Amino acid sequence: MSEYLQAERAQEWREIQRKSMKNKDRTAIPRVKMPEVDPEVRSHTYDEVNLGLTEALALEESRRCLDCVDPTCITGCPVEINIPKFIKNIERGDYPEAARTLKETSALPAVCGRVCPQERQCESQCFYTLKLKKEPVAIGHLERFAADYERNSGQISIPATAAANGIKIAVVGSGPAGLAFAGDMVKLGYDVTVFEALHELGGVLRYGIPEFRLPNEIVDIEIDGLSKMGVKFETNCIVGKTISQEDLKEEGFSGIFVGSGAGLPNFMNIPGENLIGIMSCNEYLTRVNLMQAADPESDTPVYKGKRVAVIGGGNTAMDAVRTARRLGAEKAMIVYRRSEEEMPARVEEIKHAKEEGIDFFTLHNPIRYEGDERGRVQRMLLQRMQLGEPDQSGRRRPIAVEGDTLWLEVDEVIVSVGVSPNPLIPQTFSGMEITAWGTIVVNNNTMQTADEMIFAGGDIVRGGATVILAMGDGRKAAKSMHAHLTHPL
Amino acid sequence: MNKIIAKENFSEKVVRFEVEAPLIAKSRKAGHFVIVRVGKKGERVPYTIAAANPQAGTITLVIQRVGRSSEKICQLEVGDYITDMVGPLGKATHIENFGTVVCAGGGVGVAPMLPIIEAMKKAGNRVISVLAARTKELIILEEQVAKYSDEVIIMTDDGSYGEKGLITQGVEKVIQREKVDLCVTIGPAIMMKFVAQLTKKYEVPTLASLNTIMVDGTGMCGACRVTVGGKTKFVCIDGPEFDAHQVDFDEMLMRLKAYN
Ligand SMILES: Cc1cc2nc3c(=O)[nH]c(=O)nc-3n(C[C@H](O)[C@H](O)[C@H](O)COP(=O)(O)OP(=O)(O)OC[C@H]3O[C@@H](n4cnc5c(N)ncnc54)[C@H](O)[C@@H]3O)c2cc1C
Ligand SMILES: Cc1cc2nc3c(=O)[nH]c(=O)nc-3n(C[C@H](O)[C@H](O)[C@H](O)COP(=O)(O)OP(=O)(O)OC[C@H]3O[C@@H](n4cnc5c(N)ncnc54)[C@H](O)[C@@H]3O)c2cc1C
Ligand code: SF4
Ligand code: SF4
Ligand code: FES
Repeated sequence: MSEYLQAERAQEWREIQRKSMKNKDRTAIPRVKMPEVDPEVRSHTYDEVNLGLTEALALEESRRCLDCVDPTCITGCPVEINIPKFIKNIERGDYPEAARTLKETSALPAVCGRVCPQERQCESQCFYTLKLKKEPVAIGHLERFAADYERNSGQISIPATAAANGIKIAVVGSGPAGLAFAGDMVKLGYDVTVFEALHELGGVLRYGIPEFRLPNEIVDIEIDGLSKMGVKFETNCIVGKTISQEDLKEEGFSGIFVGSGAGLPNFMNIPGENLIGIMSCNEYLTRVNLMQAADPESDTPVYKGKRVAVIGGGNTAMDAVRTARRLGAEKAMIVYRRSEEEMPARVEEIKHAKEEGIDFFTLHNPIRYEGDERGRVQRMLLQRMQLGEPDQSGRRRPIAVEGDTLWLEVDEVIVSVGVSPNPLIPQTFSGMEITAWGTIVVNNNTMQTADEMIFAGGDIVRGGATVILAMGDGRKAAKSMHAHLTHPL
Repeated sequence: MNKIIAKENFSEKVVRFEVEAPLIAKSRKAGHFVIVRVGKKGERVPYTIAAANPQAGTITLVIQRVGRSSEKICQLEVGDYITDMVGPLGKATHIENFGTVVCAGGGVGVAPMLPIIEAMKKAGNRVISVLAARTKELIILEEQVAKYSDEVIIMTDDGSYGEKGLITQGVEKVIQREKVDLCVTIGPAIMMKFVAQLTKKYEVPTLASLNTIMVDGTGMCGACRVTVGGKTKFVCIDGPEFDAHQVDFDEMLMRLKAYN
């Protein structure tokens, strides 16, 4: 464990807190259950499903944490949040300090507490999981509690910024990577402008993840905080199109961070896929989330199918299928070619989807679609699959059961089989190295590209990852760009 | 927010706007388009940049009233603002000296054709423009087109102006008369389909500028997808112009009716 963490742990208040209760009693407390809106009610509204822990529940859960000598949980967090420190602050009732602890390393704690795949990150490395074989401390729920507490208190601490140094920095994209980068750079005194192609800020946090999982208000508050710190935002501006790499140089930008994400939807290229009523998950979620198509006042239309099939098993697929349910689908289905065990979606989303009455067709893969005389999708042919040997990803490979197919009636299909890196920047910028998959090559320690003035992070580098990884990249890039600008090699 | 500097009614249905957009005016090329949104509940809709004035920092849009969104824009007046405008989008038209180029524009399609006509002429081509519409009032931009064309042929369905007949008849007349190296066509999908059928018969290479339904216009959603040469393409980033002989127009016509 690092000296810093040890010193923190040795502080008097931490010791008092540790001794206030026997470990035996701590481990005897069962994990809290997140209060949720009833599934029947929530499958008709857009309100957030998880209500958040009450103060009493948060205090109870915080007692479970043993403040371990070796807090393995931290190694599971991509940005190494000082987990026991923030949890023990909750235990002693100092919620603002808990929130400040989160902000030492995380730029968007209210977001990550809601959308991190905790069961695969921090919570998978908790002492309870590893050694006690019990349910881990609900780190994510507690993180959300502390961040929400701060926000609801109306006393959000706007971090202090260094004196302005007049150095102009451009950020391409306002997703979590770009926002985290911008926040750190503005704190260091840089003059930061974020350019966003869409008319709203937030990237996937805005147009992808639905309101019932991540209310827009939370994203707004984070962005508002950045504006107050001096970050400038330019919406409707596509870097590489509206302004070029040369324009940025001419306008005196000394550094560029590219966080343009993985916005390009993949299709399966099977017969009938261009029929009406078949669309990408991005199109569906963008219509509903960014364009508010479900609002009768909105000019943007959206399909409201009665029998909706969503192809895929990731978070995106779960978001789409649960959205379809809310838009009135009588039958909303997940069609996934592997088994539930291999699904990349967060466990909580799968659980919520099932509670909301979503049907799961696992080990099925669509192979063709057929439509009516007006070109609207009517049915899909599914191929039954079985699991074979593990592939490179370590997951068991799905193989077709020869001759075993069935027709399924559908009136809407949402294809959610992954995304590719947004090609705009790789196509229009020179000087960077691009992989065959279209991702930008960076030095993993510094996030610097082959062009020493350009840094990159998030999905455009990783090709589709998580909010916390994108954010971590943004922070790492800020640190190394600052080092580069102050001590060039 | 982009301010409207000038407005002109070409006809009851077609309006020309000059809008403040300095960055777009500077970087756009023939063939590019923008996505605009009017009002907080407005839809994102694509319009071709019909002209630009980089000195004044303005671009020109020519918009036909067809439904809710175009109607909303057409109701704006000088001094009003367009809520959001992003661009330039799409790939610019490939301009070079091909020889003789026939530009076949139908209805409001003449507006997006205008910058292509101008660029083709400046690249040294012999440009023959064929403009078509249902009736005389719907023929737009004739004067501007004439300025950069070696010849202008006008076709109307009812014969109220120019020659009576369809656009294909006008194009065919030229092809039969002289060697045509390239045909560019912009207009309703059904019109482009028939122009493509005609030029295929005569083996004249043809570009069509497709006007599919779009959402983001940056390659993010796939709403704009079309089949070209058996492959799925996104009009907003791979187009909007494609080899007309490879485009599956029937599928495109079907997809245009998705929301009505
Ligand atoms: C529906 C959905 C659900 C998800 N759920 C989860 C989840 O529960 N947990 C989790 O951890 N992760 C989840 N993810 C993944 C996560 O959202 C992404 O990994 C993360 O958002 C990547 O962040 P980013 O900053 O790299 O890019 P993005 O969030 O994609 O942002 C990129 C931004 O850049 C803009 N842009 C692109 N090119 C340009 C340009 N040339 N000029 C200007 N702007 C440009 C784009 O418009 C976009 O706003 C989900 C993703 C989706 C789509
Ligand atoms: C690259 C591109 C450039 C374009 N340039 C111009 C232009 O310069 N001037 C102009 O007047 N129009 C242009 N269009 C067409 C214009 O975008 C549509 O007419 C407009 O979106 C229709 O919206 P609406 O709400 O008014 O009509 P709606 O009421 O939605 O629909 C009316 C009709 O238009 C079809 N339609 C709906 N949305 C679109 C769409 N996005 N594109 C095409 N058809 C659609 C519908 O199927 C329907 O038949 C262009 C389209 C594209 C893709
Ligand atoms: S940021 Fe994510 S991984 Fe890190 S502690 Fe919070 S919930 Fe866990
Ligand atoms: S491993 Fe678990 S119990 Fe130990 S400090 Fe981390 S959260 Fe607390
Ligand atoms: S309009 Fe969304 S991908 Fe083309």
